[in-house]
Amino acid sequence: MGSYLLKRLLTLIATLAAASALVFVVLEILPGDAALIMMGPDAAPEAVRALTAKLGLDQPAPQRYAQWVGGLLTGELGDSYAYSSPVAELIAERLTVTVPLALMSMLLTSTLALVIGVYAASHHNRIGDVGLMGLTQLGIAIPNFWFAIVLILLFAVHLQWFAAGGFPGWGEDPAQALKALLLPAISLAVVQSAILARITRSAVLDVLREDYVRTARSKGLSLRATLWGHVLRNAMIPVVTIMGLQFANLLAGTIVVENVFYLPGLGRLIFQSIANRDVIVVRNCVMLLAAMVIVVNFVVDVLYAVIDPRVKANDL
Amino acid sequence: MTMAPATLGDAPARLITRLRQQHNLLAGALLSLLLVGAATLSLVWTPWSAFEIDMAAKLQGPSSQHWLGTDPFGRDVASLLLMGARSSILVGVIAVSIGLVLGTAAGLAAARRGWVEELIMRLADFTFAFPAILSAIMMTAVFGAGIVNAIVAIGIFNIPTFARISRASARQIWAREYVLAARTCGKGPWRITIDHVLPNIASVLVVQATIQFAMAILAEAALSYLGLGTQPPQPSWGRMLAEAQTLLYQAPLLAVFPGVAIALAVLGLNLLGDGLRDLLDPKLTRKR
Repeated sequence: MGSYLLKRLLTLIATLAAASALVFVVLEILPGDAALIMMGPDAAPEAVRALTAKLGLDQPAPQRYAQWVGGLLTGELGDSYAYSSPVAELIAERLTVTVPLALMSMLLTSTLALVIGVYAASHHNRIGDVGLMGLTQLGIAIPNFWFAIVLILLFAVHLQWFAAGGFPGWGEDPAQALKALLLPAISLAVVQSAILARITRSAVLDVLREDYVRTARSKGLSLRATLWGHVLRNAMIPVVTIMGLQFANLLAGTIVVENVFYLPGLGRLIFQSIANRDVIVVRNCVMLLAAMVIVVNFVVDVLYAVIDPRVKANDL
Repeated sequence: MTMAPATLGDAPARLITRLRQQHNLLAGALLSLLLVGAATLSLVWTPWSAFEIDMAAKLQGPSSQHWLGTDPFGRDVASLLLMGARSSILVGVIAVSIGLVLGTAAGLAAARRGWVEELIMRLADFTFAFPAILSAIMMTAVFGAGIVNAIVAIGIFNIPTFARISRASARQIWAREYVLAARTCGKGPWRITIDHVLPNIASVLVVQATIQFAMAILAEAALSYLGLGTQPPQPSWGRMLAEAQTLLYQAPLLAVFPGVAIALAVLGLNLLGDGLRDLLDPKLTRKR
């Protein structure tokens, strides 16, 4: 386990370094003069020069990169141009919306997907299976932001059970805050769980055909006991892989869905910062989102080894 | 809850499965034809002009004149939907072509093992950390919003998918006897790749391309919804939804039609992909 973990850890660090280099090149070097972008093409040259000096853009690129990475490690991300407040504070504040939203929808996704997938597999080719799989085909085809709009139409416009958007904050009433995240979480989860349910179903079906399942059944174990005792753990490898990959989609989804519900999360911050030409905020937010995906995939790799000890033996 | 063991030898069950799969292909082909047909039709005819603003006729419900009603500028929604199909197809075709050509080239190179494989596969892993929306956001921050940036961002995100799938399939072909025979006859790796590997993995690539096409339509819709994709006045389903969202109380139907159009297009392509997979690779049928 030790050497496996070490190898994965080294890959993690290398990937994070490569990601930061890419983000830096795309958002710092490609645009040319970041100060000019921030101030717009009509800005006075003196003002642009002053901002260039203030942001340290007159220093050589490698030095700026080193400074930025150093800042990422210590949490010193500089000040936002548009909000005039430290970027780190801004991001931390927005994460209190995005992280609970992502966790809620991941929880909904995995619960829905496991229940549907296992049920469909154990009713293979019967009406329940066919019906549920038809529904998942539809779920995969629906854009999450449209589903979000439909939920608003139904629950906010018609039934008026929920607000059409906005976030009251955690300080006042946590229950209200959770309620504000429920519709966004559902709209993210429905699409993701449709994909995951199909994966779960085929993984469970594959394992159901293994010899050890027949052995378990022939020694008198009920199908339900076999399913929970033997099949699920073995079927989890592909399910966990897809869950890891889905996390990237989920984060990308939060960017869109936060905009549908006007939630003050990371996605909306990126978006507003693009409109404000706030390159510093965009750069750090993009890096953070990419880092989250990379770290989650690292965790998935390590989870493999916990779920299936054979993985370590065949490690790349 | 009663549970029955999954049996494979069940002949009627297998027949049902097969019939269902043929239905997939049929329904998928029909819906995809509808999408292409709508886009083609919009090139020569739309019920009304999609660009003509008529404030006197704004926000009308469906009628014999305007089949799906009008938008806040009095434009005909049915005409906008027909024209929107064009944007979806344009983005889908170009973005999938980028992924297909570059990804397959990388995957075929990687199938020969060695450091090339390591490098290409690590790059593919790495690209997964930047979902299409995130890449598009970066590109928008640098180059401004527009359909070209959206296409490139979605295309880049398609590359690793094709690289992985073509590498895995090509490796299986390289292990076959006929490849060994070809090598014995003196064919080089380049010739073998063109003559034997590529034709044999083509069906897998076609299936994947169909599915990626569906994903590209979803991504284009999301980007256009955010204002990062297709720009006005060119109609796009995603942007129609963004405009409709501000009028949910006055004209809820406006938010329904574009969504249904996207869902049907994506559903059709996904079903077509599934159906083609069953048709081209009967071995997989049993595993479903």
